[in-house]
Amino acid sequence: MTIAFPPQTSSSPPGLQPEGWLRYLSFSLDHKVIGLQYMVAGFFFYLVGGALAGMIRVELVSPISDFISRETYNEVLTLHGTVMIFLWIVPVVNGAFGNYLIPFYVGARDMAFPRLNAVAFWLIPPAGFLLIASYFIAGAAQSGWTAYPPLSLTTPAAGQVVWILSVLLLGGSSIFGGINFIATVLKMRRPGLKLMQLPMYCWAMLGTSILVVLSTPVLAGTLVLLSFDIIAHTGFFNPALGGNAVVYQHLFWFYSHPAVYIMVLPAFGLVSEILPVHARKPLFGYTTMVYSILGIVFLGLIVWAHHMFTSATPPWMRLFFTIATAFIAVPTGIKFFNWLATLWGGKIALNSAMLFSCAFIIHFVFGGITGVALAQVPFDIHVHDTYFVVGHFHYVVYGGTVFVIFGSIYHWFPKFTGRMLNEDLGRFHFLITFIGFNLCFAPQHWLGLNGMPRRVAEYDPQFTLMNQISSVGALLMAVSTLPFLINVFWSAFSGRVAGDNPWNALTPEWLTSSPPPVENWKGEAPLVQHPYGYGVTPGQIDLGAATGREIWSSGQ
Amino acid sequence: MALVLTGLWIGQNVELLPVAASLNAPIYDQLFKVLFSIGSILFIGIFGLLLFSLIRFRRRDGETGDGAAVEGNLQLEIFWTAIPAIVVLFVGIYSYDIYDRMGGMVPLSDPHSMHGAAMAPQASDGSAGAVIQASVLGTPPEPSKRIWGGIGSGQISAGPALPVEVTALQFAFLFHYPQGDITSGELHVQKGQPVELRMEARDVIHAFWVPEFRLKQDIIPGQPTLLTFTPIKAGSYPIICAELCGPYHGGMRSTVVVHEPDEFATWFEKNNTATVAIAPSTSSTG
Repeated sequence: MTIAFPPQTSSSPPGLQPEGWLRYLSFSLDHKVIGLQYMVAGFFFYLVGGALAGMIRVELVSPISDFISRETYNEVLTLHGTVMIFLWIVPVVNGAFGNYLIPFYVGARDMAFPRLNAVAFWLIPPAGFLLIASYFIAGAAQSGWTAYPPLSLTTPAAGQVVWILSVLLLGGSSIFGGINFIATVLKMRRPGLKLMQLPMYCWAMLGTSILVVLSTPVLAGTLVLLSFDIIAHTGFFNPALGGNAVVYQHLFWFYSHPAVYIMVLPAFGLVSEILPVHARKPLFGYTTMVYSILGIVFLGLIVWAHHMFTSATPPWMRLFFTIATAFIAVPTGIKFFNWLATLWGGKIALNSAMLFSCAFIIHFVFGGITGVALAQVPFDIHVHDTYFVVGHFHYVVYGGTVFVIFGSIYHWFPKFTGRMLNEDLGRFHFLITFIGFNLCFAPQHWLGLNGMPRRVAEYDPQFTLMNQISSVGALLMAVSTLPFLINVFWSAFSGRVAGDNPWNALTPEWLTSSPPPVENWKGEAPLVQHPYGYGVTPGQIDLGAATGREIWSSGQ
Repeated sequence: MALVLTGLWIGQNVELLPVAASLNAPIYDQLFKVLFSIGSILFIGIFGLLLFSLIRFRRRDGETGDGAAVEGNLQLEIFWTAIPAIVVLFVGIYSYDIYDRMGGMVPLSDPHSMHGAAMAPQASDGSAGAVIQASVLGTPPEPSKRIWGGIGSGQISAGPALPVEVTALQFAFLFHYPQGDITSGELHVQKGQPVELRMEARDVIHAFWVPEFRLKQDIIPGQPTLLTFTPIKAGSYPIICAELCGPYHGGMRSTVVVHEPDEFATWFEKNNTATVAIAPSTSSTG
């Protein structure tokens, strides 16, 4: 062999980085290992969060509180929200896919700060187990994932403090990750590779990371003050001691609304990678896609008070936040129309990755429409804090982001393992997830409109039927993870061998072997090409055309 | 065209809401119908477009080629930037109008209320020197009633409001009628007469919600809050706490009974423990 290995290869001391499967349990610095660590850990917590959701839906089968005690019910709903957001969706769409894909997309051999990257991941398991252990040791927090004071000051302190500690660790992990992504995208690109030539997921992660870095510290500060209120009996948020409970809500939502975009923007990016490959067409409207991501980032920072329309906010504030919130529909709408145009006239492969991505479009459009409605103050004052909001929220983060996570696993599994997932099982998984999801969450909109508040263990008997339908949907969703797990385990060992580029895709991660070697390429990285150059043979490019292709090509 | 008609039909004919039992509820329902129609049109349109693409442009067996290399189309993109922009603008203006009709835009800060930390203390008659804050949200219901602000907006009618002091605590609502010294676990009001709730929370945040009134207001400790509404339909409706307030949150419910005027007088008379002198004649309340 005459391949010259770049000098970096030998720089990691042998013996400290285990080989084989042990890598995945080690403090590995390889971005691909870290990405998969995020994914597997995240999926474990998804199963935990799903089991908690199952307990909620079992409790709600009957209108009286009969399955678990009321205190336990509140612990369960608090853990469900916290686990799903901070331990499943945020780490997986950001940490897992971000770490795995971003270095390929910018043409780097690893992230900008590999050690920080490993630290960011290894904060997650202790934080997660701390949170879950609090349930068994002292009783978990009972005040919902929002932890509004004064309720969070009066519920048992131990669980609440552990909850704060755990969220602080996870927030720290998220900030480390965000800094790393920003540095990697801005500073680690191959010479000559311009920002406007990057695959769309890089832009999504850049936007997301900006949100993470700007807003997560605010949550951290707020939670530190809240912990002072609990432990030291200070009065920052305690009205009885002269504090103000509404200030907490402002600070909390200053992070937690952008958090929705932190969960959803990377999903937008992933879909932008999946659709062109399986539709065999370039991504439609690259430039407007980039600007709409930036628009969402900006608007996402100034809409938080729409969670507080019933919290005695003054009229001007309601008006401002209504308008700002509704206007997010504009950049978001651009992205959806661009995806539809990407599909239009393509050669669409109806495989699992594509089906999950299309279901994402449907669910997110639905969630977006109810979102614009919720932004309207007069509408919101009726349905705020009801099951309408629960339905809306799950359409956005489950119907949106989690469907994209599944689609992405079907899409990138061949790259991760070198083997294909079984398509029939995949489509079966899609079918029951899709039916179960809609059965579970669509009726909740009706429940909310007609008077069922959220976070209750008991409800008006007139809502029994709808709740039972919803619980059946939840059961289907639980069952749907089985074919997926079977598929993953079976395919990882005996699935069809994928080859390096089974989808015939053009983005850079497919231009190396599957699974890729440490440091991504043997020898020099291949020349970067147009990530979405479908439908043209090289050389056919018309450099005179004023399109994204021209912009892209100008760097070569 | 068919799409628009379908959407409008769905919006007008699919009934998803409970009875409208307060003056602002029909206004709310108008907004809901508009939002529902627009939402249906957009959703069915996009869903149809997606389904059509998936079927029409699916890859047939044996096809290996790529689709057309279309990178974008500026006019098309401007067009579909304009669609959501116009829809959102229209919805925004319309909901502003609705909100105004509900009384929401009346500045709260008339002499008294303001909110947040800088509440203007105001002695309210009923509760000795209590600081009451006119809360915004409360506003929606009857424009009129903003007694405090001294601003009457919109279509108030029906004369003076019936004041009721509401105390929310884990896990119940208590209603006290200062005019008759009545304390009750249920809220009794009279059809057609505005009601002014002066709400306070004892321990944690609660929320006062009557789905049939399309009305919700958080009751935050340390921030006495004013909420006004006018019931227009006799009957009993649930009062629901809508903000997680502890283990028995789901059980924190009460009932609002909207009486016909003479029934209400009877009820009031029967429960009144104060001197009969303060007769609660419907016209002299307040």
